[in-house]
Parts: sequence; C-alpha cells; structure tokens
Amino acid sequence: MIILENIEKVYRTSSVETLALNKINLHIKKGEFVSIMGPSGCGKSTLLNIMGLLDEPSNGKVAIDGNAVTKYSDQYLSQLRNQKLGFIFQSFHLINDLSVIDNVEIPLLYRSSTAKERKELAQEALEKVGLSNRMKHFPKQLSGGQKQRVAIARAIVGKPEIILADEPTGNLDSVMGNEILGILQKLNEDGATIVMVTHDDEMAKKTHRLIRLFDGAQVQ
Amino acid sequence: MLTRTDSAGTTMSSGPGSFQFMNQYVKALKTPEVVGLCSNFGFSNTYVNGNKIKLNTKFTNSDFWKVTDFDFLEGKPYNDQQINNRDYVAVITDGLRDQYFEDGDHGVVGKYIEVESINYRVIGVVRGSPATRLYTYSDIYFPYTLPKSNYEDKGVNGSYVAMILGKKKADLKAIQSEFDHMITQLPPSLWNDGGRFSVLKVNAETFFDHAIQSFGSRKTTQLYTIFGLVLVMIIGLPTVNLVNVNVSRILERASEIGVRKSFGAPARALLWQFVIENVFITLIGGVLALVLSLIIIEMINSSGWIAYADLAINPTVFLISVGVCFLFGLLSGVIPAYRMSKLKIVEALKS
Repeated sequence: MIILENIEKVYRTSSVETLALNKINLHIKKGEFVSIMGPSGCGKSTLLNIMGLLDEPSNGKVAIDGNAVTKYSDQYLSQLRNQKLGFIFQSFHLINDLSVIDNVEIPLLYRSSTAKERKELAQEALEKVGLSNRMKHFPKQLSGGQKQRVAIARAIVGKPEIILADEPTGNLDSVMGNEILGILQKLNEDGATIVMVTHDDEMAKKTHRLIRLFDGAQVQ
Repeated sequence: MLTRTDSAGTTMSSGPGSFQFMNQYVKALKTPEVVGLCSNFGFSNTYVNGNKIKLNTKFTNSDFWKVTDFDFLEGKPYNDQQINNRDYVAVITDGLRDQYFEDGDHGVVGKYIEVESINYRVIGVVRGSPATRLYTYSDIYFPYTLPKSNYEDKGVNGSYVAMILGKKKADLKAIQSEFDHMITQLPPSLWNDGGRFSVLKVNAETFFDHAIQSFGSRKTTQLYTIFGLVLVMIIGLPTVNLVNVNVSRILERASEIGVRKSFGAPARALLWQFVIENVFITLIGGVLALVLSLIIIEMINSSGWIAYADLAINPTVFLISVGVCFLFGLLSGVIPAYRMSKLKIVEALKS
C-alpha cells in the first residue's frame, strides 16, 4: 500500500546540515495497522509527512497504492492526498470558524460532489465516531477527545484507503486515548490501512507492527 | 477669471469681468445658445418687525434664468422689458419669503420687500440654492439695471460672471475657440490700462476646470496631474495598508491552509478562496461606505449647516467607486493569497 525506498531527508541551513531520515525502506501492506515509535526528534513525524505527501524527501522513492510519486506537482499531489489519504494530527487542526460538520466536509470540497452528498457523507462519518449529536457545534465547544473524534471523522469522510495519524492520543488522557485507539482499530477492521506515530508503548502493542526509529534510521 | 499682467508678470490685476465687457463681447458670441450674466453675490440688510435679516444679493440679466435651473415655486423671472424699464422687481428665495412674509404660504407675488429703503415688487419665488453653488446662490435676485449693480462701470474687470449654455455638449470646444478668438480681437486699449498691462489671460472654462484653476495659476493639465497624484496617494496608501492587513489576516489562517492542503486543496483553489473572500469583504466595505454616505448626506442636508444643501449620491460616481472597491479588493487579496497558497504544508501546520 505504501512503499518507501531509500528515503532520506536532509534539512540544510547556511551552516548546518541535519540528516533527519537516513535510507528508510518500508513496505506497508494493505489493511495493516502500523505504529512508529522513537525518541523525540528521531524523524517519526518527518517520515509520516513524507508518507502522506505533505513533505518531499531529499532522496528516495515513495509509492502510494501503486502510484509512484515521481513528480511533486501541486495538482498531482493534491489529488493523491484527497483520494487516498486521511490525516489525524496530535493538535487536531480543526478550523475554529467552521462548525463540526463543515470541518468534516473539508476533504469533500475538493472533489466533485453536491452539498447534499457532502452533508450525508459527513453525517455518516460523524455517526461512526459517535458525534452525530454535535454536528452544529463549533470546535471551541468540544472537549479534546471530541475534537479528535471530529478530526477522525474528517480523515475518514472521503473513504481513503490510508489513514496517517501523528500522535493522535498525544494530547488526551488515557481514557480518551483508549477510546480514540478503539475507533482506529475499528476502522482498521473495516479495511483501512493505518500508520500511527506514538510515544505510548501500550498503544503501539495493540497495532500489528511496530517500526522503531533512532536518529533518523530504522532500528526495528 | 480675467487676469492682466505686464510683460514681466510683476504687476497683476485679476478678478471677474465687468458687466459691459461680458455684455458686449461674451454675450455676442455666436456658438452658445444663451449667455447668462450675473454679479458675484453682495451683502445687504432688510428689516421685518424691527429684526434685521442679513441678505445676499445678486444682479442678473434675463438669460441668467434660462441658463440656470431654478425651481419657481411662485411667479416667474423678470424679462428684458422689466430690465430695460428699470422696474423695481425682485425674485426671492423661499427661505427669504418665510423670514420676511408672515403669511408667505398664501403667495407673495405682487407684494413688496424693502431693501435699503427701496421697495421691490416680488415677481417670483424660487427654491433656494446652497451657498456652495457660488455663482447662483443668493437670497434675492435683481435686474442688473437697478441701483448698486455697477453695470455701467467701464473697463474689463468688475464683479460679473458669464454662464454659457451651449446648444449641445459637443459645442464646448467650438465655444472655447470662438471665445479665444474674440479675446485676441479685443482692442488693447480696452484692457491695457494705458500701457500698464501687456498680457490678458481669460478663458471660457467648464465649472470643474474653473474650480481646479482656483487652486493655482498652473496649466489645467498640470493641475489635473497634481490632483490625480493626490488622489492616487489618498487611495494608494490605504491599499498598501489593506495588503498588509490581508497578509497578517491570511497568515493567521496558515494552519487552515495547511489543513486544507493536507486534505487535497490545490494551491489554485486556495488562491481563489482567499481572493473571493477578500473581494467580498471589500464590497461589504463599499456597501457600508454607501450607507454611511447616505446617512451623512441626509444629516448635512437636514442639519442646516449649508443652507439649501441638496447633496445626493451620484450613481456614476458610486458605480465607479464600487469598481474601484472591486479592483482594490482583487489587488490587495491576490498578493497575500498567492504567497499563502504557496506555503509548504508542514510549515503551515506548525504555525
């Protein structure tokens, strides 16, 4: 589903060159639930961003669901992100000026769909995360757990095959964290391929496979 | 404005024209349809029940009423026969009627008004014009042949203005050329004051050009350029400010840009989103400006700050303003929106 070959990411400033990722090779199969762990600054999020086509590797190749990413044109990447990928961020990244349902509809705005279709799909996604009674609320009226559930609904509304979660439970207490993990596990059972960055060993143990990074290199 | 100078430009005599000059030379022009003559307004007093009423007075010919667009509430203007007969008649404004005549509502034509110990028969009542219309404003209008009009003064300078009505708008150039030609044909003895002056400058100008000329002695085109530059500055500075405000406004939404891009928004879609938002906000500003203008105009009109003020929104000027709003909305939105749409997703999400 996701293939990374010899991925390198180098951050350059005028005086320093930092190797954030060093020759990463990964093959994530369809339907897998993979967690990525490692100390802070080891390149976990950078790796996830490259998988999600949010960032460009300095070297190496990325392929998403058989689509080799050879050109990083805005139009091509936008389409791939919109059709194939869904993102969940640690700090939710909801748009405060939009209601819950409008936030969830965002990925559908960049597809050819009618307002009615968008609304139906967003309602369906919110039902899946147990928030159908909060559709008209605004993010500021929600708890952290509820916000993350909205973020999950937004990630799955377009029915992407891959969900990339960057520390989705990082800002939540353990009860909320377990609830969110439960939702992700359910989505995985329904067929979604999930890659999750986490610091929590217990969470990682509940996934199919663990990838450990250290100083930008894969150690497990 | 009639200006005479010596060749070195050190001595100058400048001011309106005399009645004789206007009547003999300007009124004789062939291309205009009508030439109205009137004096600048003067000052006088009248009394009613022992209370003084300060008056502005004006002397005119009969064509003055053809060139202007006064609304006669009662009666009619004086004609050439009354002027030639030196009839003591006057046209007054509704404001003066209400002050002077206690039962003014029942008609005052035929009644007499005493100004400086002379009784004038009221033959017409017009709706007053605001003082901002310098050349038509007055409280009372007299035939030019009545006392204190100075219509028999010799020389070219005096206190009279000619208002020329063309047969059609396109005749303006022809009128100006005929006027310029007439000026070149004037006998120098008429204006050179025994050799004191050697240059005579006088133009037939549109009201707007004349108003612009009153700001300086430069050429009209130079003045237009100066006014244009001032306007560009007045409009340009807020535009630059608006661009900065928009940059910071859109920067605050960097995270939103990151989110939208993560979920598949192409840069072009974001560019359009921000430009359309900006144009919309600017147009709302334009509508607010229109509403505020209407309120302020209504306040000025009803406040009495300017007597007889009848300010109104000019639809053409308003439509141009909406166009300018639209243009600046576009300009001030495109630059920041373009920059933001090019923002890297990872950086946008971090902010």
